[in-house]
Amino acid sequence: MKQYWKTGEPLVMLTGAALAVILVMTLTLVGVVLTNGLGYFWPSHLVRLELKDGSTALGQIMKREKNPLTGEHRLQLKVSNRDLYGQDFRWIDEKDVTGRSLPKDALLLERREHGNFAGFLSGLSVDGLKVDQATSPLEKLKLARAAIEERQPHLDNIRKKMMTLNQQAESMRLKLLKLEYRNREQHAAEIARLTATREQVLAEFNVLNGQATTAQAEIGGFTAQFKDVSGGAKDIPLVDIMRILAPNDMSIPAKMLAYASRVKELLLDEPRESNTEGGLFPAIFGTVMMVLVMSFFSLPFGVIAAIYLREYARDGLMTRMVRIAVNNLAGVPSIVYGVFGLGFFVYGIGGSIDAIFFPERLPTPTFGTGGILWSSLTLALLTVPVVIVATEESLASIPRGLREGSLALGATKFQTLTRVLLPMATPGIMTGLILSMARAVGEVAPLMVVGVVKLAPSLPFDTTFPFFHMDRKFMHLGFHIYDVGFQSPNVEAAKPMVYITTLLLLGIVIVASSMAIYFRTRMRKRYTSSHF
Amino acid sequence: MTVPTHNPASPILTVKDLDLFYGAKQALKKINISMQRNQVTAFIGPSGCGKSTLLRCFNRMNDLIDNVRVEGSISFEDQEIYAASTDVITLRRRIGMVFQQSNPFPKSIYENIVYGLRIAGVNDKSLLDETVERSLRSAAIWDEVKDRLHDSALGLSGGQAQRICIARAIAVNPEIILMDEPCSALDPISTLKIEELIDELKRKYTIIIVTHNMQQAARVSDVTGFFYLGELIEAGPTRKIFTNPEKTQTEDYITGRFG
Repeated sequence: MKQYWKTGEPLVMLTGAALAVILVMTLTLVGVVLTNGLGYFWPSHLVRLELKDGSTALGQIMKREKNPLTGEHRLQLKVSNRDLYGQDFRWIDEKDVTGRSLPKDALLLERREHGNFAGFLSGLSVDGLKVDQATSPLEKLKLARAAIEERQPHLDNIRKKMMTLNQQAESMRLKLLKLEYRNREQHAAEIARLTATREQVLAEFNVLNGQATTAQAEIGGFTAQFKDVSGGAKDIPLVDIMRILAPNDMSIPAKMLAYASRVKELLLDEPRESNTEGGLFPAIFGTVMMVLVMSFFSLPFGVIAAIYLREYARDGLMTRMVRIAVNNLAGVPSIVYGVFGLGFFVYGIGGSIDAIFFPERLPTPTFGTGGILWSSLTLALLTVPVVIVATEESLASIPRGLREGSLALGATKFQTLTRVLLPMATPGIMTGLILSMARAVGEVAPLMVVGVVKLAPSLPFDTTFPFFHMDRKFMHLGFHIYDVGFQSPNVEAAKPMVYITTLLLLGIVIVASSMAIYFRTRMRKRYTSSHF
Repeated sequence: MTVPTHNPASPILTVKDLDLFYGAKQALKKINISMQRNQVTAFIGPSGCGKSTLLRCFNRMNDLIDNVRVEGSISFEDQEIYAASTDVITLRRRIGMVFQQSNPFPKSIYENIVYGLRIAGVNDKSLLDETVERSLRSAAIWDEVKDRLHDSALGLSGGQAQRICIARAIAVNPEIILMDEPCSALDPISTLKIEELIDELKRKYTIIIVTHNMQQAARVSDVTGFFYLGELIEAGPTRKIFTNPEKTQTEDYITGRFG
């Protein structure tokens, strides 16, 4: 036994086992997220259950499990129709079920409000819409829906114009505020002119608003009548219907199409229903932009600090202390960074900016409140140690001979740094960047106090000058997980969204690091062998 | 580059009473030696005897090490190398160096050769091209690499890489080339090539070579200095040192009785 231990074999096995444990845990995590997340979009069958007491229920079977009280199997049925039943889910004991069927005409409607509706089409009030060529009532419903969809751009157009006008009016209001704050008399003419223009803009806005209301009412007049499985009637305006599915009468390709369209909605649309449904585009955008802005700060600062520490600072007690401090920064709880960011960036710097540049708007803060800039800076602070350590390590690993070779040719220290050392250190710096980005993407706690919100009215980047609105609050996938999973009024319905969001977050990390790894590999090739 | 006017008989490098300390430890003790133009001077001696340290004084590479203190004088023609007014950059351009481990930069062969010119601000393509060919020819490696000038220099063999480093040093037209055990990491054939090269180069440059290999010193050098424990025991014409040394320590070392 002792002999065997001495061979070193057991240690090798131990290391292998450790790796295996880590792999299994990671794969389990990813597997759980994948299975729970990816299934969400699949339009599964609507099952009609006949129950012992003579009632019926229609819904999608989500789960089958042992009832912990009775020890018998029960089914979790997503019955939808929150507005009729008050809840989306129902538990049904399997022994109560007397019959199952898949009615072909059962419909699943995705609605703008109140979640899904599961039931049957009973009538249409669509006079005036072109639905003549339809052969079946369902066809008719779909055509009517499409016809309304066609009218939607008109309404969207009006809304877009209204938004522009609104922004113009707002910027004029702020300008007026500024002029009045400075000196009322001196700028009287300008103030009068601006006030007049603003009135004009507002009048225009009101006209458009009227148009929008009419158009909306007109569209809203078209409704369809539905019945749920027990005969309860429900009138639904066609505008409120996002998608019509008949899952029991769909081929696999049709289901795949529906799946794809839901994924597209997820990636490109805004959230609905207090974030439990709809898309995640603002959160994806906010996360990516925040990480990019963060890298924009943390990469140069980290690299420059590391260069100073490694190349210029004398290796004394002070340098060593700084190095230890930097390494320990990584161990500070992230919420502490959040609190620091709130105090230093938001109230300190942001408050000063407001006091100097936007005193007329006070007490309404402009930069003196959480925003994407402050969040990015806070996270940059959090991740800069990673960049520093990685850069220092890669600078340290460059053979001494290369430095001496360069210096011996009459290069200055700076030339040596920029022409030999930094290019060689780049792959290592990239590693630091990858790690810091991965860390930043996953941080939630500090963001909660420096600028993340549940629902941001507008993106931090848009087409109005100056395009990047660094003062705006933003949405973030990590916070979204917390919000939807733990703060949502309807946790059971929101559960799939949590998995999906996690999946997206993982996806972003993977995409970002793959890109960085790709560049790193290219650099490595450049600095080991092959062509220049 | 213009060659400064000089008296051919006066030494190009003169070391006077040089002491060097690493912290409290004295590494060189009262060294006195002078090097002649267009000659090969070899420094021999056992490990740790200070021969490399002395070599690295000539282009002030010891500046990179903390806690080094130098006393005494080294004059390069009539310029004091350790004077405060000496511009180290210019000095290193005039006194080139080749290291024990070949250290090509992770760049193309071409960029390696023109590195010294580029950092001096030369970017004229025709001048660079000309320098690359001239330097590579002088380093006797032109024929081997002329077809792959733009390939990475890291793909070369040890001997080739060392000759690239020599070419790189030649490219800036130095007056002196310092060689710190240039062949210790090379096979005998590559060593032979470098030795032939040294013979060739001494027509244009003054060469100071540190070597462990006594045969090498005997083969390539005109003057040899023997170092032991930080002291220069004996220096003189190579033939004399190897056939009729004045000090018994020298004799013991070259006959292989110690070291």
